[in-house]
Amino acid sequence: MSAGTAPLLKIEGLRVEFDTPHGRVAGVRDAGLTVNAGEIVGLVGETGSGKTLACRSVMRLIPFPGRITAGSVEFEGRDVLAMRPRELREFRAHDVGMIYQDPFSSLNPVFRIAHQLTETLRANLGLGKAQAHARALELLADVGIADPERRALSYPHEFSGGMRQRVMIALATASQPRLLLADEPTTALDVTTQAQILTLLKQLNQERGMGVLLVSHDFGVIAQVCDRVAVMYGGYIVETAPVEVIYTRPEHPYTRGLLESIPRIESAGRATRLPTIRGVPPDPTEPPPGCVFQPRCPYAQDGCEKVTMALEMVGPGHGTACPVRPFTTPQRPEAAPTGAQV
Amino acid sequence: MSAIDLLSEPAAPGATTVEAPRSGGIIRRLPLEAKIGAGILLVLFLAGLLAPLIAPYGQNELDFTNIFSGPSASHLFGTDGAGRDVFSRTLYALRLDLGVVLLVTYPPLVVGVLVGAVAGYFGGLVDAIVARIVDTMIAFPFMVLVIAVIAIVGPGIKGVLIGVPIVAWALYARLARSEMLVLREQQFMLATTALGYSRWRAIFRHAVPNLLRSSLIYSTLDMVVNLLLLASLAYLGLGAQPPNAELGSIIADGQSTLLSAWWIATLPGLVVVLFGIGAGLLGDGISDGKLRGRLQ
Amino acid sequence: MSAGAPLLRIENVSKGFGLRRTLAERIARTETEPLRAVDDVSLELRRGEILGLAGESGSGKTTLARCIIRLVEPDSGLIELDGTNMREARGQELRELRRRMQMVFQDPYSSLNPRMTVGAAIHEAGRVHKRPGSENRDQFVREALERVHLSARLAKRRPRELSGGQRQRVAIARALAVGPELLIADEAVSALDVSVQAQLLNLFLDLREQLDVAILFVAHQLAVLAEVADRVAIMQRGRIVEIGEAGAVFGDPQDDYTKALLAAHPQPRLPHAA
Repeated sequence: MSAGTAPLLKIEGLRVEFDTPHGRVAGVRDAGLTVNAGEIVGLVGETGSGKTLACRSVMRLIPFPGRITAGSVEFEGRDVLAMRPRELREFRAHDVGMIYQDPFSSLNPVFRIAHQLTETLRANLGLGKAQAHARALELLADVGIADPERRALSYPHEFSGGMRQRVMIALATASQPRLLLADEPTTALDVTTQAQILTLLKQLNQERGMGVLLVSHDFGVIAQVCDRVAVMYGGYIVETAPVEVIYTRPEHPYTRGLLESIPRIESAGRATRLPTIRGVPPDPTEPPPGCVFQPRCPYAQDGCEKVTMALEMVGPGHGTACPVRPFTTPQRPEAAPTGAQV
Repeated sequence: MSAIDLLSEPAAPGATTVEAPRSGGIIRRLPLEAKIGAGILLVLFLAGLLAPLIAPYGQNELDFTNIFSGPSASHLFGTDGAGRDVFSRTLYALRLDLGVVLLVTYPPLVVGVLVGAVAGYFGGLVDAIVARIVDTMIAFPFMVLVIAVIAIVGPGIKGVLIGVPIVAWALYARLARSEMLVLREQQFMLATTALGYSRWRAIFRHAVPNLLRSSLIYSTLDMVVNLLLLASLAYLGLGAQPPNAELGSIIADGQSTLLSAWWIATLPGLVVVLFGIGAGLLGDGISDGKLRGRLQ
Repeated sequence: MSAGAPLLRIENVSKGFGLRRTLAERIARTETEPLRAVDDVSLELRRGEILGLAGESGSGKTTLARCIIRLVEPDSGLIELDGTNMREARGQELRELRRRMQMVFQDPYSSLNPRMTVGAAIHEAGRVHKRPGSENRDQFVREALERVHLSARLAKRRPRELSGGQRQRVAIARALAVGPELLIADEAVSALDVSVQAQLLNLFLDLREQLDVAILFVAHQLAVLAEVADRVAIMQRGRIVEIGEAGAVFGDPQDDYTKALLAAHPQPRLPHAA
């Protein structure tokens, strides 16, 4: 990336809050990440980490009663949060695309696939009927749907999950957006289909130079396609690094704990137990003081309840929010992950 | 190791979801709309129930020195052509009308939900028979049936008390049945079989409490429809007979003097509207509770 | 692991679902092959053993699991629990057999009755089967929750106030409350976050050790089975294509389909070498 070019997407200090009967609750507390043109960035986190909210903030699709209360979202240098309705609509139609987890409810069941595609093309690109139809067939072929002429006449329920997701990708990329937001696109699909969809995303990324922000809870998915990874927990980004680095040299206890708790085929037949992260994710109405992970952290020390969450660079493109490094023997012996081989 | 961890978790009301659900009793959990609606209905029901105690005058207390007088301190809704206090009449009418409305709405709800739940759960022949009966009842021209019953038993509220329930249960049965068809595939229902529970326990203890909500929402609408039915019949002279105070007949009586003694028809009419608003708010409020809290 | 007669024995079990026929086919009286979800399956499960049942969606593993407890009636075959024929049992005998084989379902959001508190759901299970200790409601519920490492404080909560992991634990507690000898976990951890999944897998291992309960663990993720199963059976289109010790099946697969399945599984590059 040459100096002076604004990154494709830059999020800084993002905070998303909800007004609930229990008071104001923050789903995202302070998140920042960057996606450069042509890059695939993974956003990993578990339920309640805030990753979906962060992703939706890019398009300002936070449902009421949620609100973005702090931070900035910049797309190619433009301030997304300050966009006015018309500009925002253009932005959503042409610059950014989004695909969701559930391909079943994203498509209208009473309209044929062809109709749904051509509708988008005509509305967003102003194409005429015949042009839009032709373009729709091209798009279906681009996403790997064989015999598009015939298949386009089907209804969504006649397509398998994998094919529906391909149609979603076709819809989302129809106007050649420069950034694609993929929110758990493969979670509802089985393993082989998952691999195909991820390959498709990688292909589109390479052919068109389209940047991708891939949100997932599955490290396997992340490993397959991402260049860089950001790990989210409790509304904060706790670590960010290039993909190989995050697997081989994680510098945050949560990342380490998460990676260690991934089941492995190699464990077959061995009497080992998966190491687990003790405890449960934080209650969003009562965040822990200081480091958000500290109540569950095996390496926590005095003072961890007083730190401010902030990413500290520890290597090229590698930042971590944990000030307690290098990790020596765990401070809390009863929390030692059983079966750990490091 | 893990035992200690989890036993020491905080008693968080919202667990790990952002949509922290409200704790506390069912009343507090209702949204504002529902509370206002319920409040309005409660006031009206109580007004009717306590009519003999709170009505300033009798429902047929004649006073020919004071006919057609407008609303005043001593006659809140004014008086009619025979000097009767319209407010008191309205209260007694509420007592009659709302009483009948409750009788023709809720017993059919109970019967209908039970029949629909059983039919939906068992499926097969039982369901097929019940479904056909229900469809027939619903297809019946409702008003025609009620008027036919009135033709047989004579005018008065008896006709409504008999005629309406014959058909009303079917609507609830259809609602409960279609919900049951979906509900019985839910995993907690499958679990009742796996756990070895009897089918009756599965239906009544597990399914029905989950089926009630839609029927209760629908019943708020049904109450209004039934009230209007009563009032319409009385207006036509087929329902409650004079001198019993009934909202419809009060309004009918006031029709001829609508321009001069507007209060006779209008104020009781507003009470009917108020009932409709209260029921509507309550129904909306309860149904929104289902969707509230979901992010999208 | 105890030797001797198997706890669960199934032989030649099949289950087909009739394909819908078009009007033309009906008129022509064409024979359509029923879709065989479970095709002539046999296997055994010993006391205290954890048997993994793997397969992709459509392989029939869930249908097989449901046939075993007769949530779905198999078309043919033998299902025996501890020597007693499951398929012929009726009424009270069936209820008692069911009590001994409990199922934990996949979806934490629908496997508990939303209108019942945790305590009520657990206590009901104990009461219906007149389990010892169920007369004392609070104690019974507390012990049930402790068995799955949950605080007794949760007894008053409703499912919507609990996280996915907690709900699954409650579902397990409810199943254990009736004192089963066999647990069938039907994709019981598939809908959970990775770290929560790890906790639940360890819980299953704990339960096997403490209660000597056998577990039939149905899952589509091979790695999950690798972590808990003693033996593994691979299903494809209703048939078992390979079965054996977990280490052998995953380490040295014989069947082509097993090999393909293993190859397709995404493996993140992990810090710990195998």
